[in-house]
Amino acid sequence: MNAGADAAREVPSWRLLATLGVAGAAAGLLVVLVQGWAEPRIEAHRTAVLEGAIRNVLGEPARYDTLYVTDAGLVRETSGGIDASTTDRVYLGYDAAGQPVGFAITAAEPGFQDLIRLIFGYEAASGEVLGMEVLENKETPGLGDKIVKDASFVAEFEGARAPLLGVKPGAGEGDPGEVDMITGATISSRAVISIINHRLERLDPLLRSYVAAEHP
Amino acid sequence: MSAPSSRGDDLLRGIWRENPVLVQLLGLCPMLAVTNTVANSLAMGLATFFVLLGSSVLVSTLKSVIPHEVRISAYILIIATFVTMADLVLAAVVPEIHRALGAFIALIVVNCIILGRQEAFASKRPVGRSALDAIGTGAGFMLALLLMGAFREILGSGSLLGVSLFGPGYEPWVVMILPPGGFLTLGAILLLLGWSRQRRAPQPRVRRWPHGVATGRAG
Repeated sequence: MNAGADAAREVPSWRLLATLGVAGAAAGLLVVLVQGWAEPRIEAHRTAVLEGAIRNVLGEPARYDTLYVTDAGLVRETSGGIDASTTDRVYLGYDAAGQPVGFAITAAEPGFQDLIRLIFGYEAASGEVLGMEVLENKETPGLGDKIVKDASFVAEFEGARAPLLGVKPGAGEGDPGEVDMITGATISSRAVISIINHRLERLDPLLRSYVAAEHP
Repeated sequence: MSAPSSRGDDLLRGIWRENPVLVQLLGLCPMLAVTNTVANSLAMGLATFFVLLGSSVLVSTLKSVIPHEVRISAYILIIATFVTMADLVLAAVVPEIHRALGAFIALIVVNCIILGRQEAFASKRPVGRSALDAIGTGAGFMLALLLMGAFREILGSGSLLGVSLFGPGYEPWVVMILPPGGFLTLGAILLLLGWSRQRRAPQPRVRRWPHGVATGRAG
């Protein structure tokens, strides 16, 4: 190819810009269309997962309410210009007779690899944890992910009393808060326990006073 | 490698003889990262297949409109659009798998198999042949992913597509679903393929002496 051919083939810069501009606009439009289709489905799935988890950790309550956590305590509706969608919340489940069975509380803190997001059921009056389910984790497959896959570890939380205390399997001394940790997943199981303890440290007084006031 | 250029060859070349992963050693990043289960491999393979086919057809259609100077930017734009669409569709249809694949769906944008096929093939050939080439290459990539995924899931979890194979007595070989297992498996597969290829390659001429002593030229 000689210099003359090169010069003849040179494309003005406005054409380069126009090509990329038009392509970018078309690409954006396409992505927006697909996003419009996908977004409600993704949202619906997220809600369904959370709802299933709430039912699971509260032992299939008849219904549950969403309560917002504010400085003044738990409230059913936010007021004073607080955006409900970004406010911290807990879920209070009721049995068929309308009696509260416990709170479902989400919490997240770093585990071994990344944030562990979990939900647990909690009965404020007795301080008893009702159940625990990990919602999201990136723990090591085969080791740390036993916090999800090891059914006996998950069952340890049922009936344990807060504050929880992680112990080596079989080394417990009868403390009501004892949870047997997983061999090979010490950090991940300790993280799950401390996530619940930290969350309750802050929320427990609010939960207790709410139950005392509403359901004496 | 442009000996025969029939349509059948466009289609079949990428599946085995010029398999993008097993022969060209491209796209190793997703190959190692997401092949710890067959389901993940399948989703990754399908997403890549879709992106590759879509971009190849579009690039080939638009090849006379895209100025040579900005072709790479235009290809990346086209690929990124398809990847974003695949990402959203996977999140909406198979959310569990989408979560397991994490960032690797978005990273299909920089998968060199895809950009490589655009630059080397689709930007110079008619639409039909580009589509065949994309189907072949995409299928070849999927084949390699599934091979790895099946091997690692069977050894590392004792299951295939989530169905337990050996019962509760099987102690999973956990390292196989961790990153080192990916390297080990890929190494083993490449070793086997290289060995079989070498065995099938024409042997150096051997002159057989009457009394049965074979000598061959070294090398």
